[in-house]
Amino acid sequence: MQWETVIGLEIHAQLATQSKIFSGASTAFGAEPNTQACSVDLGLPGVLPVLNKGAVKMAVKFAHAIGAELSQRSIFARKNYFYPDLPKGYQISQYELPIVGEGQVDISLENGDSKTIGVTRAHLEEDAGKSLHEDFHGMTGIDLNRAGTPLLEIVSEPDMRSAKEAVAYARKIHQIVQYLGICDGNMQEGSFRCDANVSVRLKGEEKFGTRAELKNINSFRFLERAINFEVERQIDVIESGGEVVQETRLYDADKDETRSMRTKEEANDYRYFPDPDLLPVEFDQPFIDAVIADMPELPGDRCDRFEQEYGLKRADAEAVTASRAVADYFEEAAKIAGDGKLTANWVTVEVAGALNKDGLDIAESPVNAEMLGGMLVRIVDNTISGKIAKQVFEAMWQGEGDADAIIEKRGLKQITDTGAIEKVVDEVLAANPDQVANYRSAEEKKRGKMLGFFVGQVMKASQGKANPKQVNELLVKKLAE
Amino acid sequence: MSLERSDVEKIAHLARLAVSENELDNVASDLSNILDLVEQMNAVNTDGVTPMAHPLHMSQRLRDDAVTEDNQRDHFQGVAPATENGLYLVPKVIE
Repeated sequence: MQWETVIGLEIHAQLATQSKIFSGASTAFGAEPNTQACSVDLGLPGVLPVLNKGAVKMAVKFAHAIGAELSQRSIFARKNYFYPDLPKGYQISQYELPIVGEGQVDISLENGDSKTIGVTRAHLEEDAGKSLHEDFHGMTGIDLNRAGTPLLEIVSEPDMRSAKEAVAYARKIHQIVQYLGICDGNMQEGSFRCDANVSVRLKGEEKFGTRAELKNINSFRFLERAINFEVERQIDVIESGGEVVQETRLYDADKDETRSMRTKEEANDYRYFPDPDLLPVEFDQPFIDAVIADMPELPGDRCDRFEQEYGLKRADAEAVTASRAVADYFEEAAKIAGDGKLTANWVTVEVAGALNKDGLDIAESPVNAEMLGGMLVRIVDNTISGKIAKQVFEAMWQGEGDADAIIEKRGLKQITDTGAIEKVVDEVLAANPDQVANYRSAEEKKRGKMLGFFVGQVMKASQGKANPKQVNELLVKKLAE
Repeated sequence: MSLERSDVEKIAHLARLAVSENELDNVASDLSNILDLVEQMNAVNTDGVTPMAHPLHMSQRLRDDAVTEDNQRDHFQGVAPATENGLYLVPKVIE
């Protein structure tokens, strides 16, 4: 039997505001427990929520980025359930009339095709606190610092057909919110969380199968693994004559499996109703225009621009715009170097490789964009060859200073003086009479390969400093004599 | 529309309200009467009327995004039944 996987994602992005969505308490991560939970966050009697303008602006930016309809009027609702990390007994969320309506994003598939994934809606809501289940004399500890942190919940259509597509979509949303500066995207700290609704159906079937909701996924790698595990599990259940139950399942990364949360059925009866403490949110066009005017360039636009402005291939443009930090780094270096293709190569190969090896983020790179650009200029103006540049880069990485200082100190300046190169060429030819004879008697089409030997010898004799182009030209000329 | 005893039991449980066995019939009847009133209102033609989200005809005022609250943990925890290391302690929650 041929099975088809159907996946929809619910992404919770913590908005990068200074203060909470309905109170003036700080949202900074890592503070002492409950030092950032004020009377509003604690749900003490008599308090009233007041909506944070910063959070609203961020939602407007997101709507614009995915071409979604923005609700000129949206309302907040109470989602009622009882859990100790939810002090009020309800979460303020949006149900009918969310702030962001239907939109879409394009993802790139592995075969190079692109696919459009629908976004059903995105709404503002408050985060809950944290329960610490370590043993406190048989009790549970509650930290409410996170309670009231603004979230944008982004709900997709069930448009994805494989774990890989789901990951590509999640990465795309991750990229957009980071570019917009509305979410730091830190999955480990829980600022960007993915829940996956997964079901399977026979290929060709129109009706969706029963879905399971997967939670507790804190990396893209785990997202892929959790979905793949769940798909196999559901197929096994059906093929052995059983039925998939609609339920929430937790992903266990250590065991690489999903398991039922054994939550009672009633947990999903949230009895939403409009929150009487909050008025409808309405904004006018000037407000929206001002927010949009303040938006940074989006990844897709930047990718297109890099292709045109710097003459990059699509794949390279995509690689250097994958994150805003890398794109900024590339652009700064490319401007100094004056050669986009060369810069893209260095950023995606040497810089990325070195960062990966040392486990560093681009922001922590020992070679900053200015230093890289400064070195690339020296390749462009023929001061050093690409090969020597690798030595210079390594030295910069080790903190030996900028490119010019290293080239000077180590005497790496390329030899472009024709007379000096000619001298080395002559020496090499004189030392290898047999090869010279072979070359001269060889057919034209075989000579190209044989020339490589002489080039190698000359470069070696000049400690890699001879200008390779000139070496080639001189060798061809002299061997033809 | 009328509610059964079992509906009342379910709603009461979801809202964590204790409704005793001998109150159930009365509560069911009271709530059913409220729903009947809603039914009556449902009969009115509301085409072209925007659903009301709030009785005030005003829109939400927005607050600037700034931290204005200080740490008052000790103050708040003064009334909590149990705390430790700055955490509120509650009966064990088993997921």
